[in-house]
Amino acid sequence: MADKITLHDPRGFPPVVTGKTLAPRLESLDGKVVYLVDCLFDNSEIFMDQLGQWFAENMPDVDARMIKPKASWVDDPDMRSNIEADGDAAILGVGL
Amino acid sequence: MSLEESGVPTVAVHTHVFARLAQSVALANGMPTTRQAYVPQPLVGMTAEGLRGYIQGIDPINDRPFMQELIEGLSAPLNDNDLTGTSFERTADKFLEPDTEDNLRQLFEDNHWTDFMPIVLPTEERVAAMLKGTSHAPDEVVGRLRPTAFREFWEFTVEKVAVNAVMAGARPEYLPVILAHAASGVSARSSSTTSFACYSVINGPIRSEIGMSDGIGAMGPHNHANVSIGRAYNLLSVNLQGGSEPGDTYMGSLGNPMNYALTFPEAEERSPWQPLHVQRGFKAEDSTVSVFFGGRYHIAGFGPRETWAEQFKRAIAACQHNLPPTLIVDPITARQFVDLGFDSKEKLSAWIAENGTLPAVEYWDDLWVQTLQLPMAKAGVEPYAAKLKAADDEEVSLFEAKDINIVVTGGETQGAWKLLAGRLAEGATVSIDDWR
Repeated sequence: MADKITLHDPRGFPPVVTGKTLAPRLESLDGKVVYLVDCLFDNSEIFMDQLGQWFAENMPDVDARMIKPKASWVDDPDMRSNIEADGDAAILGVGL
Repeated sequence: MSLEESGVPTVAVHTHVFARLAQSVALANGMPTTRQAYVPQPLVGMTAEGLRGYIQGIDPINDRPFMQELIEGLSAPLNDNDLTGTSFERTADKFLEPDTEDNLRQLFEDNHWTDFMPIVLPTEERVAAMLKGTSHAPDEVVGRLRPTAFREFWEFTVEKVAVNAVMAGARPEYLPVILAHAASGVSARSSSTTSFACYSVINGPIRSEIGMSDGIGAMGPHNHANVSIGRAYNLLSVNLQGGSEPGDTYMGSLGNPMNYALTFPEAEERSPWQPLHVQRGFKAEDSTVSVFFGGRYHIAGFGPRETWAEQFKRAIAACQHNLPPTLIVDPITARQFVDLGFDSKEKLSAWIAENGTLPAVEYWDDLWVQTLQLPMAKAGVEPYAAKLKAADDEEVSLFEAKDINIVVTGGETQGAWKLLAGRLAEGATVSIDDWR
């Protein structure tokens, strides 16, 4: 039987993960402002535009509003503030 | 997830190939039940009608109507898991469980801790020997890395860097160079779908002290120090940032062969120009590493010959528009450029910036220019705003001179040059002497 050896673990140190609570959900989307956040990836604008049209045709009581961050891949506190100020919900897409 | 934390119910939409990644990121942020909805890949190239089909179709991951996922994601009641999130600590042990060599080699491969080439196993004795290459304490924190901006940072110590240096086959005298790479904060293993790679240029006395080669084949697998330092940089990027595993922590569609190793020194003694590290504010007697982020394209040529200017213009125009090239030249080529009047790197960089142009319509018809630079142009940020005002057939510059670096290396068997994608960020030239 081959001898056992001991090796160093090559991995770094991950941060501790602290659980976070999801936001309370809406009882209904009727009459609510839902922001459609275009993440600025290729074709996401057209996707979000189509999503907005779907709401207009199928759930006209939803106030679906398109919004864009100032740039892709960066947090945009101003945009988040706008959503938090008068938005009831948000759909982000398409991408991470 | 920031919106969820501030009380706004949110659903994130992804294409289905990102499902594992999206769920992994949600878990690492303590919100594993984050509402995610998926559409098929790709979005790029799809018509509005095709995208409407996605919206009206089935979520390929959750196997339910896509719109039902969205609507219920915003309005269905929360459960206990949603209200508590998930808190946990991940292991970060010094040693692995003892096992046979064969089993441990398999463990390293199964966990994607290697580049799938044979590694030197990091035994306690080998790591201790490696640590003699620096005066720094094993438990000193070197820095933090992550595969992309939306993931969490992982932290690492001198000892963890040494472990990866052993695995790459490096020698203890290389450790300060490898530590400087790690301290740059630039991961050589970005998870971007665009398949980035990093390469690094070494300047200063350390080059000769550890036997690096700036001669024949400097950029290839022909010198132990060049290759094992470059490999160590890649391996440490994989393991100290939390992985580089396809589908989770690596999403490069094509992959990049430069993710094995590419480190080489500048041939300062045979260059007619100022060394890179001196251009970056260091003294000639300092030893540094400069880490270039890019590696996506590679264009080669020879000369400059009689029609060099036209050839160079075409080569520069072929470079991907949002990622500047580094011009890497053999000393023969460098001296020929001097004969043409380019008695400094800065003059040649300025020529490249001035002559590297495309019609505006072609410049803007690029995925990443549209994604990253168009929003800035619309916000009035220069030089992008001016380019946006240009007529379709008006020539616009691709790059700014300050972003085009020039490095001299090579064995003078040919007057060769390469344009190699690579952005050298502020702070990406790091002292090696600080890690001796």
